[in-house]
Amino acid sequence: MEDAYIIKQISVFSENRPGRLAAIAGALKDGDVNIFAFSIAEADGFGVVRALVDAPEKAHRILTDQGFRVSYTEVIGVKMRDEPGGLYEIATVLGDAGINIEYAYAYSGRDAAVLILRVDHVRDAIKEILSRGGDLLEASAFT
Amino acid sequence: MQVWDPRIEMMPRDELLRLQYRLLKTLVYRLYSFSEFYRRRMKDVGVHPDDIRVLEDVQKLPFMYKHDLRDNYPDTIFTASREELVRYHVSSGTTGKPTVVGYTPNDLKNWTESIARSLTACGLGRGDVIQVSYGYGLFTGGLGLHYGAERIGATVLPTSVGNTERQIELMQDLHVTAIACTPSYLLHIGEVAEKMGISIRDDTDLQRGILGAEPWSDEMRKRIQDWLGIRAYDIYGTSEISGPMFTECAEQNGIHIWGDIALTEIIDPDTGESLAPGEKGELTMTVLQKEALPMIRYRIGDITTVDDDVCACGRSHPRIMRIMGRVDDMLIIRGINVFPSQIEHALLEIPEVGRHFQIIVDRKGVLDAMLVRVEVAAEAFSDKISDLMSIRKLVEHRLKTVLNIGVDVELVEPGTLPRFEGKSKKVIDRREL
Repeated sequence: MEDAYIIKQISVFSENRPGRLAAIAGALKDGDVNIFAFSIAEADGFGVVRALVDAPEKAHRILTDQGFRVSYTEVIGVKMRDEPGGLYEIATVLGDAGINIEYAYAYSGRDAAVLILRVDHVRDAIKEILSRGGDLLEASAFT
Repeated sequence: MQVWDPRIEMMPRDELLRLQYRLLKTLVYRLYSFSEFYRRRMKDVGVHPDDIRVLEDVQKLPFMYKHDLRDNYPDTIFTASREELVRYHVSSGTTGKPTVVGYTPNDLKNWTESIARSLTACGLGRGDVIQVSYGYGLFTGGLGLHYGAERIGATVLPTSVGNTERQIELMQDLHVTAIACTPSYLLHIGEVAEKMGISIRDDTDLQRGILGAEPWSDEMRKRIQDWLGIRAYDIYGTSEISGPMFTECAEQNGIHIWGDIALTEIIDPDTGESLAPGEKGELTMTVLQKEALPMIRYRIGDITTVDDDVCACGRSHPRIMRIMGRVDDMLIIRGINVFPSQIEHALLEIPEVGRHFQIIVDRKGVLDAMLVRVEVAAEAFSDKISDLMSIRKLVEHRLKTVLNIGVDVELVEPGTLPRFEGKSKKVIDRREL
């Protein structure tokens, strides 16, 4: 039941130098893979590019063939009310349940603002959010 | 167990030492009588052939160096006339002028016999198909292995280097059982094969690798053996002594240096004093039977130890252990001696990072700084920055423990570190001294 809400994000290791994002985006373009949302996490000298795409397996294969280090990560997408307090509601639900947010990024979906979350206990988070009346994006929304 | 030449290889140690003495004495008399170069060298240090009365008297003879060949380019120290020569090889000269080596028919015969003994000791013989992926041509590796492998009745597939996909196809189609190449090239072959959807372990008949011509380690051996499902044997040689000549036996415990071919000494690189078996120092060889270019106490520059005990395989000839580094590869960083091989050993014990690395030495202000670039292993790649940071910290910590100096580590994308199909070049020294 919770599985329907688990979204497969691809994560790509990238050196922190000019042209690397272009190389990743170019490979996905050539493979006709659409990117819905992405974020870049940076550290000293390297970074991780995270992306939600319409065909994660294909994206993984294309990037791996081009020599990139790629992995899948399970994330969830929470629809937020686009008004003051929208983020507060979600953060409170997870905080109360003792679930830790490891990182988050937002994207503006077709009908609502969406918060992409990586949490330490993904199934517990889904249960909590649904039981408290939250609105989660189904993974199928991306394909 | 097959032995190519039991009379020589299993010779009792005292007989072997007597044989070496006779060969040394003959060589020194011949050189003193017929070669202006060698006679002058011996006179310079005040030694006459009559002074060689026991084998240990080899220590009275003067050393020879790579620059002796360069200074006498191309062939003025050869001790055979051009009519007697049947082959030349030329070293690449990456550090200066190239050097030329020459061979008489007997020199080629002894070289070939040496490799025949060695390949047999690795378990190879008739029925084996040996893919020689060392370079053919001026480099000694390809042709040296080629004739040795033919001598034992194996079938040679002379692929030389390059065109890796074709090499892998031929390996499959011709049921190759052994490959002779550099360890880094074999790793490259393994990686390319996987990309082609071929497992060397499951989809080929490859059982043995005869690997050398660049430094490698026991950890790397373990990786190659576990990954590719083969036995990997170390081979040693350098063009100045003929070429690749000596390998390990099935025991994989040191490289047998055939005593009738070469007299091995380990010396202190600073003082030139001979060291006892087990002590680490510079490998020095006297080539006992070479006609065209006999090197006397040739300072090869490789750092290793020698084991004089009779091997478990029964062969009585001394063995040299893994080459730990080069006298001239040694980096001095903030006053501390660092060998790239130490870094390689340390990295191979860290599964979170890949097999390849690059060292960049720079000077920040007055202080030397060393940066080691490594690739994150596929299994260790995490989406979380904190995990990647701790991999970097782990590598920095291990390297500091091994080297006794602080090192910066940089994580790089896979495939971006140089993978050379010949000798690996792993150090970039940007210091301007």
